[in-house]
Amino acid sequence: MAAFTEWLKRALLEIQEYTTLAMATARCAVTRPFYWHDFVEQLDAIGIGSMTVVILTGLFTGAVLALQTGFTLDQFGARPFVGRLVSASMIKELGPVLTALMLAGRVSSGIAAELGSMVVTEQVSALRALGTDPVRKLVVPRVLAGILMTPILTVVANTVGLLGGWVVSVQNLNVASGLYWSSVVDGLFLEDVWMGLLKPFFLGFIIVTVGCHVGLRTRGGTQGVGRATTNAVVAASVGVIAMDFFSTQLLLELLF
Amino acid sequence: MAPFPEALRGPARGRPGDEPVVVFEGVRLAFDDNVVLDEISFKLYPGYTKIFIGASGSGKSTVLKLILGLLAPDAGKIWVHGRQIDRMTENELFAVRDHTGMVFQEGALFDSLTVGENVGFKLYEETDMPLADVRTRVEEVLGFVELGPYIDRRPSELSGGQRRRVAIARAMAFKPKLLLYDEPTTGLDPITALTVDAEIIKLRDIEGVTSIIVTHQLRDAFYIATHGAGRAPEGHAIVSATPEKVEEADFVMLRDGKIVFEGSADELRASTDPYIRAFLS
Repeated sequence: MAAFTEWLKRALLEIQEYTTLAMATARCAVTRPFYWHDFVEQLDAIGIGSMTVVILTGLFTGAVLALQTGFTLDQFGARPFVGRLVSASMIKELGPVLTALMLAGRVSSGIAAELGSMVVTEQVSALRALGTDPVRKLVVPRVLAGILMTPILTVVANTVGLLGGWVVSVQNLNVASGLYWSSVVDGLFLEDVWMGLLKPFFLGFIIVTVGCHVGLRTRGGTQGVGRATTNAVVAASVGVIAMDFFSTQLLLELLF
Repeated sequence: MAPFPEALRGPARGRPGDEPVVVFEGVRLAFDDNVVLDEISFKLYPGYTKIFIGASGSGKSTVLKLILGLLAPDAGKIWVHGRQIDRMTENELFAVRDHTGMVFQEGALFDSLTVGENVGFKLYEETDMPLADVRTRVEEVLGFVELGPYIDRRPSELSGGQRRRVAIARAMAFKPKLLLYDEPTTGLDPITALTVDAEIIKLRDIEGVTSIIVTHQLRDAFYIATHGAGRAPEGHAIVSATPEKVEEADFVMLRDGKIVFEGSADELRASTDPYIRAFLS
């Protein structure tokens, strides 16, 4: 019982600290000073740096979706509708979630390791001693860049996913190219597109804030940095799945 | 903000009329059941030096973190540059930190920046100083610590001693009135440690910076306390300090979070306390 109480206390403390950081980030994002140079650097690190992994993930996800659903649809004589399934699955759900999971692995862990190293080598204390707010300098540029780049990367993943599905449909399933693309468009409603575009904003926020929170709370030298990196990936991945559920519920209420 | 109490103005040590730069009054700090500092009180006057010595874990570095406001005490009061800081918010503390520099134990240089960018960090990021003027100031302070040619190198390309000297240059770039040194020579060989000691002495005697040094390197502590710097034809010279100058450096020994000794280098050497004798031997 004592161990459970201790665990509960620690969990509540983490939630409290995470909320405090998120609120401080929101406050610092709308007040001066703003570190533009760091923001642009993070756009590059998060956006351009993640492009390859996102393109590969999107491409193979679209391809395998077409492959799996194509043969299932065959049983009902509905192979020409494969484009509908690929577009609906990619744009509404798989594109945003898989992109976010990839970013959780790459960005969240990277941020936790970088900020964690800065904490254990006293660079964060040095920032404060030099009169710089670590939240403004380290957290705000990363969070804003994450919120901005996640939807863009999701659009890229969706696009190459549809292309992957097209390649498999034409090459493996012998579906006519024009039929595939018209099916892709038929499978989508405007609300679906909106949902696919809006969800990544929430997911990007979770990925980066979790990385920053875990990184800034790193304790215990290099071993602590390793622990923080693992914790960031696990927490951000679970956070992405949970946020996907809640944001989907919210957007269904608002859009449909 | 609480007014600076008349009773704390001094003159315990320091020149008549001087107001203390740092005052600790009954400061206490504990992490859970572990009491780190207990009833710590001292004063530091402009141009003077306090050298905190003691075993590892005695609370020395915590004193520096309290002065900078990186930690807040559980009880007691702290004044820095005449302002009570123990209950200040982070934003209010930034104004106090404008006059205080700190040299961290391993330097804490920013890995992603060059030596020049590290040294000019505060001036680049937190002031409106024109970039050309910042560059001039950076070159000036790097020249002071004799690392001018290293301005475009990365911290990873420097030796341990060079990193400490860059950290000193970074801390002095914005001309603080008070400099805090956390174990500035720990882990350095004796010859390199002397070059770092010389920078601390030069800053104190030539730039007039008030200093607090935390160390368990007794050789360096006594060297800083008993030497002075003066201008020489080829830069600066380190010489034995006059007896008056030696009196301006106070030793404070901490043991388990409590002050067990406060006095000059001579008084420390003359102490008959068994713990102090064991520490000095």
